[in-house]
Amino acid sequence: MQLTNRSKQVSNKEMTLMERAYLPAIATGLAITIKHFFAKKVTIQYPEVKRYLGPVFRGRHILKRDEDGRERCTACGLCAVACPAEAIQIVAAEREKGEEELYREEKYAAVYEVNMLRCIFCGLCEEACPKQAVYLRHDEFVPVFAERDQVIWGKDLLVEDMTNRYTREAWTKEEARALDLKKASGEVTNVVPRAIP
Amino acid sequence: MDLTEFLIKTATIFVVFVLTLVIAMYSTWGERKVAGFIQDRMGPNRAGPGGLLQPLADAGKMFFKEDFIPALANKWLFIAGPSLAMLTALLASAVIPFGSTFRINGHEVALQGVESNIGILYVFGVVALGVYGIMVGGWASNNKFSLLGAIRAASQNISYEVAMGLSLIAILMMSSSLSLGEIVAQQHGGNWNIFYQPLGFIIFITCSFAECNRVPFDLPECETELVGGYHTEYGSMKLGFYLFAEYINMFISSAIISVLYFGGYNYPGMDWVYTQLTQAFGPETGHNAATLIGTVVFFGKALFFIFFYMWVRWTIPRFRYDQLMNLGWKKLIPLAIFNIIITGAAVLFLKPLVTAWLN
Repeated sequence: MQLTNRSKQVSNKEMTLMERAYLPAIATGLAITIKHFFAKKVTIQYPEVKRYLGPVFRGRHILKRDEDGRERCTACGLCAVACPAEAIQIVAAEREKGEEELYREEKYAAVYEVNMLRCIFCGLCEEACPKQAVYLRHDEFVPVFAERDQVIWGKDLLVEDMTNRYTREAWTKEEARALDLKKASGEVTNVVPRAIP
Repeated sequence: MDLTEFLIKTATIFVVFVLTLVIAMYSTWGERKVAGFIQDRMGPNRAGPGGLLQPLADAGKMFFKEDFIPALANKWLFIAGPSLAMLTALLASAVIPFGSTFRINGHEVALQGVESNIGILYVFGVVALGVYGIMVGGWASNNKFSLLGAIRAASQNISYEVAMGLSLIAILMMSSSLSLGEIVAQQHGGNWNIFYQPLGFIIFITCSFAECNRVPFDLPECETELVGGYHTEYGSMKLGFYLFAEYINMFISSAIISVLYFGGYNYPGMDWVYTQLTQAFGPETGHNAATLIGTVVFFGKALFFIFFYMWVRWTIPRFRYDQLMNLGWKKLIPLAIFNIIITGAAVLFLKPLVTAWLN
């Protein structure tokens, strides 16, 4: 049975004198390696140069605000339920009078914590969220931490900064795929990144 | 020997010593760079520009590691092992002619540690002693793996020394001199030995790969079979000495290869450059400048062969031990003897014919 078209018939017949002398084969090998010596290097010089990871890359978490700066999260807990690593902890609270410009819904997350050691960046919280509040950023990793008290990220780190909003060209995998197709066909050349409304 | 001559000799030997160490040091950097480049990577580039401070960083790390001696090891021999390896590696550089001569105030100074009329014998004697470093280190560790590794390394070195010596006999038959300076001088004017002794060269370079324990003959370092070979029990700078001695050996053998087969400091158009320089700058400065160019050419050749060592290392996989011994005893030694016969016949019959025809 042939699985690939690269398979070769193995034989154990005696090597010819040319083959036994090794030198021609060694010369061929040396020619191949010296070609690689001058070839373009594939290394990405990481801290200085960062590779573009694509619109569907799942990096560090963010809790989105809407365009008025209100937190979108309604503390429904669906993300915590969807999370296979059980990394998300939510404590819900009720919105008081006068807090309407802080929270979009009548219920909000008083505490929203992600355990960064547990998180497996599967993106199920994104998909579970009915309010489009939680996202995994496509442009930023979780920074390295060395202390235990830096493991659990609270709202101070997660909630979006309105002066520096998180935007991207496409907000769903389907959108990203459609955009890629359009870019490939030349239909779309310049895409303006947009923040989720 | 008067005082000035003595001082000049001391200075030359010191310079040769330092040069050998620096080149060996930067070979470790070069090795990693070449490895990276051949594998489409960048190699070390964080410590200093282009990673040039990497050898210093490596050495610093080595020095600060725990210097451990096993409880049941023979302490004196355990320390003597790496020292011997380093010592024998460094000794060989004394007789290598790095260039022709410098003229300083009427003194004719050879760019060579010691101009010895048995230079090549000396090199072989010292290189053969290198086995002691490995054997003593392996034995003193009081570890069966180390001992087996040492025995293996020693037998490999001794086996290949036979073929190496035999391939060299052909060169000696042609030059009828054991002095390295003389052998280089005879290759003046494009008469490089590589053109007369291609087979001998192949045998010699194969053997020097084996002598330096370099891939494809790096069987003394055999993580998979004998834990780590003869230096299993070594750590810190003692291991560093072993590894460093390997790089020194590599430089020495590259230098010897370029001396024996590639004309040392000779290069095409040398005489023309010499006359131009002496006419322009006078007999003393001109001569010195010409010598300097020759020395640069020599180091170019030696560095190329160091590069060649690395190039081969990242191309060919390791031999199996029985293959190694087969190649050494059943192929290289008969080939070397065949080469001696051919050379002898050529020297006896062909050379008189050619000289008669030329005259």
